[in-house]
Amino acid sequence: MTEIALNVHDVAENSTRAKATLVEISVLISQADDILTIIIKDNGCGMSEEQVRHVTDPFFTTRTTRSVGLGVPFFKMAAECTGGSFNIDSTIGVGTTVTAVFVLSSIDRMPLGDINCTIHSLITFNADIDFIYTYRFNDREFILDTRQFREILGDVPLNSYEVSEYIKEYLAENKLDTDGGVVI
Amino acid sequence: MKSLEELKAIRERMQGQVGLRSEDETQTRVVVGMATCGIASGARPVLNALSEIVQTKGLSNVAVTQTGCIGLCQYEPIVEVMEPGKEKVTYVKMTAEKAAEVVEQHLIGGTVVAKYTLNSIE
Repeated sequence: MTEIALNVHDVAENSTRAKATLVEISVLISQADDILTIIIKDNGCGMSEEQVRHVTDPFFTTRTTRSVGLGVPFFKMAAECTGGSFNIDSTIGVGTTVTAVFVLSSIDRMPLGDINCTIHSLITFNADIDFIYTYRFNDREFILDTRQFREILGDVPLNSYEVSEYIKEYLAENKLDTDGGVVI
Repeated sequence: MKSLEELKAIRERMQGQVGLRSEDETQTRVVVGMATCGIASGARPVLNALSEIVQTKGLSNVAVTQTGCIGLCQYEPIVEVMEPGKEKVTYVKMTAEKAAEVVEQHLIGGTVVAKYTLNSIE
């Protein structure tokens, strides 16, 4: 992986496969604390304590469960090699929360990359799932909540062309308003 | 900040059109592998290019979707084209440029781009 945004896309797809109906993704940047925090929280099927231990181990794979593989280990490695941290909290029947903390100024930190593209793809290719996306840059933030969109749209699907274009512009404009176009 | 008013306008324009593009037996499915292996080897620009071109060309009988690991990680990014009544075609080691050729020649022209298929390298 060459961007943190790609890790986010990959790991968030685990949530969609865990039959989540709501996935909350937060990208929180604090230059004062020199930290970039990514939180991916879902209300999917959750994992047992033993499974949680295994998902961060790239060499544990039964090849029958596709939830076990390299996605989570890549994300963990990317965060920890910056001097940051990585944590998974999961409860069966309740959901899973993945938290990755990156040290912003670390030379080993990958660029955040095209996070808007990640969020846009997740929403439009999983149009039956709701997403709440929070992007915070220092003391400014914006939130995209597909439940709010759905309320306005009625039965017009989130993956229809016009809505998809709207979401793309919504992300681009609001991100620019929030971070002023800084490359993270 | 972009307003939600525009969404209301979209709803008003699109109401009544909904359901016209529902999946049926005449629809071609284009599936992109978006597991760790796919993403790490560059599937995202392929997926974006495919959905973008299919939209702009107005190919309403084509649905672009994503899937998990197909089990051929060494050949990612992989794109599968499933046309009703025809054998599945598997394109391997795709790029956005190759994807554009596949849309033009295969999805529009009806001719499989043989040089990018799994069969061509096996």
